Amino acid sequence: MAGHESTIVAMVRDRPGVLNRISSMFRRRNFNIVSLAVGQSEQPGMSRMAFVVNGDDATVDQVIKQLRKLIDVATVSPISEETMISRELALIRVNANASNRAEITQIVEIYRAHIVDVAPDSLIVEVTGDEDKVQSLKNLLSTFGITEMIRTGRVAMVRGMAQVASQNGRTDIT
Amino acid sequence: MMLTGGQIVCESLIKEGVDVIFGIPGGAILPLYQDLPDYPQLHHILMRHEQGAAHAADGYARATGKVGVAFATSGPGATNLITGIATAHMDSVPTVFITGQVARAAIGKDAFQETDVTGITLPITKHNYLVMNASEIAETIKEAFYLASTGRPGPVLVDIPKDVFVEKAEFEYPETVNLPNYDMPQEADPEQVQEAVQLIKEAQKPLILAGHGVIISRAYDELMELAEKAQIPVITTLLGISSFPETHPLSVGMPGMHGMAYASLAINEADLLLGLGMRFDDRITGKLSAFAPNAKVIHVEVDPSEVHKNVRATVPLIGDLKKVLQQLVPAVEPKSHEEWVQRIEELRVEHPPMRPKVTGELRPQYVIQALSQATNGNAVIVTGVGQHQMWAAQHYTFTKQNSWITSGGLGAMGFEVPAALGAQVGRPDAVVWSVAGDGGFQMTMSELATMVENNIPVKFAIFNNRYLGMVRQWQDIFYEKSYVATHYTGNPDFVKLADAFGIFGTRVTKEEEALPAIKAAMEYPGPALIDFVVAQEENVYPMIPAGGTIDQLMEEPIEGHA
Repeated sequence: MAGHESTIVAMVRDRPGVLNRISSMFRRRNFNIVSLAVGQSEQPGMSRMAFVVNGDDATVDQVIKQLRKLIDVATVSPISEETMISRELALIRVNANASNRAEITQIVEIYRAHIVDVAPDSLIVEVTGDEDKVQSLKNLLSTFGITEMIRTGRVAMVRGMAQVASQNGRTDIT
Repeated sequence: MMLTGGQIVCESLIKEGVDVIFGIPGGAILPLYQDLPDYPQLHHILMRHEQGAAHAADGYARATGKVGVAFATSGPGATNLITGIATAHMDSVPTVFITGQVARAAIGKDAFQETDVTGITLPITKHNYLVMNASEIAETIKEAFYLASTGRPGPVLVDIPKDVFVEKAEFEYPETVNLPNYDMPQEADPEQVQEAVQLIKEAQKPLILAGHGVIISRAYDELMELAEKAQIPVITTLLGISSFPETHPLSVGMPGMHGMAYASLAINEADLLLGLGMRFDDRITGKLSAFAPNAKVIHVEVDPSEVHKNVRATVPLIGDLKKVLQQLVPAVEPKSHEEWVQRIEELRVEHPPMRPKVTGELRPQYVIQALSQATNGNAVIVTGVGQHQMWAAQHYTFTKQNSWITSGGLGAMGFEVPAALGAQVGRPDAVVWSVAGDGGFQMTMSELATMVENNIPVKFAIFNNRYLGMVRQWQDIFYEKSYVATHYTGNPDFVKLADAFGIFGTRVTKEEEALPAIKAAMEYPGPALIDFVVAQEENVYPMIPAGGTIDQLMEEPIEGHA
């Protein structure tokens, strides 16, 4: 089976070293992480992590099982493309001067992105969206010269209606 | 009750039913050791090397089913444990390691004997902890023992800074653990059990692969019932040896790289494999795509991450093996597989288990058979890794439950000495034989002193071929007999060595001397050692090369056989 990107969301105990435990497992098992985002969740003492993993179905199943095996990991849920709302945030510093600033502003508006910093020779653009949108804006801005970029990686949730439908049972791999 | 951190450790260990600790003190763990004499229930055995402490705790745990405990100090004390922790991790052995750490204020400052032990042991423990407050010790030790001994067992390490041992805190031992999301599979899904029952009903050539899980979950009786009720022949994996009596008509022995040829051939012909508490290790499967080409697979496992990892299961049954077999056995219909059992018997006749050459030299296979005979199959056999391990697995007739302790997954040389020590401490009435290679023995033989000090009467059979035998065998077969760095030309005189340690020692160079020497060693009331000077260039057969297929099976060259 060909490799593809899969999104996995995990709730983990907010303890020292938990990120290390998880990243160490990925390294040790030779799994390929495309992106990883971590932050507080709605539950005190718990963090929510979103992984994008590259691999065939068997590899992704194995990733999920190995994650579940970690003591500090509470729940692990794979999210299917169809039911997923996903976003990524990027900050992009792009070269800009008086002659092209308007053109850049126009592009940024079309993408419903924001200019969050202006300097005589550059702009910082903040864009939120799925990876395709971020990627396509990045490609357009690269013609002006991108000098710096940082991306958060994918964060994701299951749509409300889809969540109700799947509440009857945890989708176990085995 | 306000106690020091060290006292809390001791109280907690007593609550967990610990009665013996293998360890070596040092600076960072000294405060804990100062508290030990106040707790005479905790018997401490002073080892000669921390690797020995870890392997001894492992051997104790495997022999008793209880959690084995070892202490070590920070830095080098803790790093010396690593081989032992990794062994316990690979073979799912319930162990708890308590290490001293430098004082809290010194952590991260590269202080004397500081090592990031929780960092180092992250991938080789089931879980680990750095305890930063005395008030957290009791809860942590409770969790550590719970995790080590439940589900798929394994090693848990608790690292405690020196000043936390002297800090005072209120001691109250928790009744329960707070691990709400720690999955502990119990019974398997009833629908999947039904699917398994159906597969067993349809199978014409079923085989059980009984692994370490049978021993860990004490599912001996259930395995026997299943095998007899449905008349399914039983193969035991390396770590599954002694889960099923080898004298039973349905016993087929060990498969894989150095397994019985007929066992591997039977797997190749089988139409159903029941993997019971085993993980389809590469030493069993060889090339995965060619493994058991005709077989559907029922995989009973407590650890979901083992299912589909190497071999795709037709029906996975996730749960505690004993409980799953209790679901399965009543539902399985009585059957007979006379043709299939007969077919395996044919394979056994065509590929007999043993036909070593008679050369006038002392044959290692003969020594194992003599050991089997002299102990009536009743000893606990402990081995390291290599040729001696394979010969023992092949030629000792195991009839007693849980009588085989070996470094399987990690394959650690030197395991055989301290693990035998630990096993003997755990089973003081058993006859414990350490079957050792001369290489592995020299890695950990300093523990002979520990045995003398504590009167631990382990018997040693050293298979002395003056080679790193299995490595030499690979050089022989795969590296054009280029014996690079495998020949020991300056081995010590092991009999004099025994004398120096103050234990019984004797040398055997002829087959007729073997039995009397074994009997003399067993009659001696303390530790005893036999230096078996075996044929130097004997190889272990059969052999399937690593990653190979059944077509590449090598059996003992025929000419010159008895």
